[in-house]
Amino acid sequence: MPGMLTAHRLTCVRGTRPLFSGVEFSVGPGNWAQIRGPNGVGKTSLLRILAGLAQPEEGEVRWNGEKIGSEEFRRELMYLGHRAAVKDDLTALENLTFSAEMDGVPIAREQAEDALARFGLAGREDLPVRFLSAGQKRRVLLARTVTRPARLWILDEPFTALDVKAVDFVSNLVADHVKAGGIAVLTSHQAIPLPPGQVVDL
Amino acid sequence: MSIATQGEGAIGAVRRSGEGFSMTALTSVLRRDLLLAMRRKAEVLTALFFFLIVSSLFPLGIGPEPALLRKIGPGVLWVGALLATMLGLQRMFYSDHLDGTLEQMVLSSAPLPLLVMGKIIAHWLVSGLPVVILAPILGLQFDLDPGALWILALGLLIGTPVLSLIGAVGAALTLGVRGGGALLSLLVLPLYIPTLIFGAGAVQAHLSGQGAGGHLSLLGALLALALFFVPWATTAALRISLE
Repeated sequence: MPGMLTAHRLTCVRGTRPLFSGVEFSVGPGNWAQIRGPNGVGKTSLLRILAGLAQPEEGEVRWNGEKIGSEEFRRELMYLGHRAAVKDDLTALENLTFSAEMDGVPIAREQAEDALARFGLAGREDLPVRFLSAGQKRRVLLARTVTRPARLWILDEPFTALDVKAVDFVSNLVADHVKAGGIAVLTSHQAIPLPPGQVVDL
Repeated sequence: MSIATQGEGAIGAVRRSGEGFSMTALTSVLRRDLLLAMRRKAEVLTALFFFLIVSSLFPLGIGPEPALLRKIGPGVLWVGALLATMLGLQRMFYSDHLDGTLEQMVLSSAPLPLLVMGKIIAHWLVSGLPVVILAPILGLQFDLDPGALWILALGLLIGTPVLSLIGAVGAALTLGVRGGGALLSLLVLPLYIPTLIFGAGAVQAHLSGQGAGGHLSLLGALLALALFFVPWATTAALRISLE
């Protein structure tokens, strides 16, 4: 089955404290999963393991039946962490185009402008990100969802610092992505305005 | 829906274009870091003025003794260059680590050693190349003759990239460590010693009439070795630091 993310008996230890153990789930094309749990239970750690940024103490993550970390996997993955991942001294437009180039998928200026406009940043493309609010910075990061083709989205708290309209917009993006056969794994403390998906409780 | 279908098309396009994008990723990191350096001129100029002042303090402190100055000149200039490179090292990966862009680089489909190479080249262009250009002018304070100044600049041109390369490994290793700055110096400065010896030695050999060829060749060998091993070592260090 193409595009299947499987977590097999994942155990994560932070320092000497075990965070979670034996986490097991799989998400297939056209599905999404929400990782739930109180603060400090290891949601972000789990997402980082799923993205291949951290190694689990035990267990493994498989993509299409193969261990993650290959170039193939990274090409199909889009991971948006809770850090802004934008450069304060660069403009929104520069941030978006540079990150696209570093991803290996260069985009034209118009494409980037269009993506930023869809996230309500029209007219602010050429402002250093330093002058934007937390919510607007978040939008610069999320604008990648439009410009970067990826089958698997791993989103860490995608709705923090966003206003109601932007939350709707982002959840529509995720819904469209899933409907078109993509996969999304995300964490959120808010109720997620999406058709019901899989729930992983930590 | 339309977004997703576009997405599918683009995935196919990337697959077709194959390997060609790797160099785009390298130049993209390079251009981004240079642009960031241009937007924060203060940081770049600090290192440069540091080099300028440190190497001017010696002639001022020692006084007009040309023979002594000529003897210590190459060493002082090289030590100044070493320390000036050190100043910018800690920032090499640190700010990217803080704002999360480093995570995105690690997850990029472009090979990480290439992205790392882009960052190292940017570091050298910003903190190494100005030192190479400035050193012959500062060398005049030490009463070095034109031939020696030329050897000094040539040595720095081969040697400062080695400093940036070795420094990158150290910067990556000390990334997540608190008080990493001091640790970085302790880690990296001993590794700078061979470069210092052959670099300063080249000028001294020229002054004593032996010819600098041997020393410069050894510097070149160091550069070749560092170019070969450093991108991979730095990549491995980054992966460890990010966990």
